[in-house]
Amino acid sequence: MNNTPGKIRIATTSLAGCFGCHMSILDIDEKIIDLVELVEFDRTPLTDIKEIGECDIGIIEGAVANSENVEVLQEFRKHCKTVVAIGACALNGGIPAMRNHYSLEECLKESYVDGMGLDKPLIPSDPELPMILNEVHPVQDVVKVDYVLPGCPPTADMIWDALTALIEGREPSFSLDEVRYD
Amino acid sequence: MTRIAIDPVTRVEGHGKITLHQDENQQITQARLHIAEFRGFEKFIQGRPYWEVPVLVQRLCGICPVSHHLAAAKATDKLLGIDQISPTAEKMRKLMHFGQILQSHALHFFHLSSPDLLFGFDDDVRHRNIIGVINDHPELAKQGVLLRKYGQEVIRLTAGKRIHGTGAIPGGMNKNLSIEDRNQLLQDIDQMIEWGVAAVGLFKRIFYDHQEYHQAFATIHSNMLSLVQADGALELYDGGLRARNMDNELIFDHADNDGYLELINEHVENWSYMKFPFIKSLGVEQGWYRVGPLARVNNCDYIDTELAEKERQEFMALSDGKPVQYTLGFHWARLIELLHCAESIKVLLHDPDLQGEDLVSKGELQPSGIGIIEAPRGTLFHHYEIDEQGLIQRANLIVSTTNNNHAMNESIRSVADNYLSGQEITEPLLNQLEVAVRAYDPCLSCATHALGQMPLEVTLFDAQGQLVDQKFKSTEHGV
Ligand code: SF4
Repeated sequence: MNNTPGKIRIATTSLAGCFGCHMSILDIDEKIIDLVELVEFDRTPLTDIKEIGECDIGIIEGAVANSENVEVLQEFRKHCKTVVAIGACALNGGIPAMRNHYSLEECLKESYVDGMGLDKPLIPSDPELPMILNEVHPVQDVVKVDYVLPGCPPTADMIWDALTALIEGREPSFSLDEVRYD
Repeated sequence: MTRIAIDPVTRVEGHGKITLHQDENQQITQARLHIAEFRGFEKFIQGRPYWEVPVLVQRLCGICPVSHHLAAAKATDKLLGIDQISPTAEKMRKLMHFGQILQSHALHFFHLSSPDLLFGFDDDVRHRNIIGVINDHPELAKQGVLLRKYGQEVIRLTAGKRIHGTGAIPGGMNKNLSIEDRNQLLQDIDQMIEWGVAAVGLFKRIFYDHQEYHQAFATIHSNMLSLVQADGALELYDGGLRARNMDNELIFDHADNDGYLELINEHVENWSYMKFPFIKSLGVEQGWYRVGPLARVNNCDYIDTELAEKERQEFMALSDGKPVQYTLGFHWARLIELLHCAESIKVLLHDPDLQGEDLVSKGELQPSGIGIIEAPRGTLFHHYEIDEQGLIQRANLIVSTTNNNHAMNESIRSVADNYLSGQEITEPLLNQLEVAVRAYDPCLSCATHALGQMPLEVTLFDAQGQLVDQKFKSTEHGV
C-alpha cells in the first residue's frame, strides 16, 4: 500500500486480549470519521492487511500467551516508530495471566480432558496451532514500549487524547477523570 | 498437494486461520478453520469466589461482554437459589442486553461485513473496509457508527461502563434507570428504529440484486438451536432450549436449562483449540447445529415487536416451510434482530418498573448454577459449581461461536468445493472463505479467547503432504 504523504500510519493488533481495548478505540464514536481524515490504517482487525508495513504508531492490546503473539509483537516493534501498549492485559498480563497460577498442562487438562460434557478427551496439538507459552507475559517482557495506557479497557477519551497528541507530535497528557484502572 | 493458509482471518473477532489442501489437479481435499488461542479459563477460575464471575468472565470478550456478564449473573442467581429476580432487576438486565445486541449487530454489519456486501467480495483489499465505507457511503457509515453508539450508551446507563460494566450482581442489579437517563435514551430511539428499518431494506436490496448467488453462497444444511419464550416467541435473555432439524421437526423444545449437559456434548479435534459441540442424541456426525440470528429467527414462532415481525415473515417466505439455510441470511436475520432490539428498547423505556427500588433478591447458596442466554452470536452457556464457602470448584462455558464451529468449517468447505476447487488460488477467492466465516459473525475472541483480526492464512500442501506454497493475504503482495 502506498503511503499518502502527510498522513500518519497506524497499525493495531490484539494479542491475548478480549478486543475490549479495540472496542474502546471505536468508542470514540463519530470522531472515527475525523480520525480517518488524519490517519491511514495499516494492519488492524478492521482492514484486510495481513502483514504490517512501515508505520508511525503501533497499538498493542493483550498479553503475550503463544508463539504467534511473540512474532506479531516483534513485527510491530520492528515496523512502528512508536509503540503504545493499551490495557491491563498488555501492561501486566491481566486476566489471561491468571493461568500463571497453574501449569500449562493443568490448564489444558481441565479444558480438554477433565472438562464437563466431553465425548472423548484429547489435547489439541496439531502443527497448525501455535505453541502456547508456559506463562503469559506483559508486552514489556518482549519488546520496548514507548507509552502505556492503563485501564480495562482505557477510556475512549484517554485513547483519543493520546492519539491526537501523538499525531500532532506532542507529549500526551491526561486529566484525572479520564484515567481509570478498572 | 498444496497447502494454502489465510492467516490472519480479518474483519472477524479473534484469531483464527484457514488452511486448504489441494491435490495435483487443484481439487481441494481439505479445508479447515483453526482456532489458535487457548486461555485455560476453566482452570484458573477455580478457587475464585462465585460473586466475582459476572465481572471476571466478561473479560473473555470485549465485544459482547454484556452477554457473559449476564449469563454469569444468571448462573449466580441460581447459585443463590433464586428462580426469579425482581421485575426492576430483570427489566434492567433485559434493557442492557438489548443495548448490547444492538451495538454488536451494528458493529458486525456496518464495520466488519458491509464492505464485502457493498463493494463485492473481490473489491481491492485496500478499499474493502470500514474506511472505504466512510469515504464512499458517509451517511450509511455514520448511521452504523451512531447505532453502535446508541447501544453502547444503553449499556453505560445500565451497567455503569460501556465495556466491562458492573451493573448485574448475583440476585439482581446494583442500579435502576434514573428518569434523567431514561429521557436521554428516549430522545434518539425513534431515529434508531428508523435506521434499523433502513438497514434491513439495504440488505434486502443487495440480496434481491444477486438472489441466486446469495442463496447458494456457503449454504449448508444444519440443525438450528436457540432459546425461545414459553409461547414460542423470539427470546434473547431467558427461555427454554429449542432445537429443530432440517426437515423442520423439533429435536427438543422448551428444554430446561439445567439439563443442558444431557442435550449437548462437545467433541475435540486435534487441529483446533475450539471444541465442536453436538446434540447428544444425534451424535458427533449428525448432531452439529447452528446458533445465532439465523437459528433464532428460524426457530421462533414469531417476534413480539411489530416491524421486526413483518420482516421475519418476509425472510421466512424464502423457504417452503423448512428452515432458511442460506448462510448469508445470517446478516439479514441479524438486521431483523437489530430492529427488534431498537423496538424493544423503546417499549422498555416506557416501563416504570425501570425506576423501581427493589433491586436485589436474597437466597441460600446452592452447589451448582447454570445460566443460558442468547448472545449476539448465539446461545451461550455458563455453568459453575461451588463449595460451601462459595468458591468455584468447576466451570464449563460453551460460548456462542463454539456452537457454530462445525458449521463454519462446513461453510468454508462448501466455498472451497464450489468456487476454489480446480482454480488457481487468487486473493478474491480467498476473501470468499473469509466472507463465509464473517457471516457467522464469529467472535473467536471468547471462543478461545481474542475483532476483525482472525488471521486468515491459506497454505497449500501437495499430495505427499509437502508444503508447496504458502499464500498470505497481504495488501503489498496480493496472494
Ligand atoms: S485490558 Fe481489559 S478490555 Fe483490554 S484486552 Fe484486556 S481484558 Fe480486554
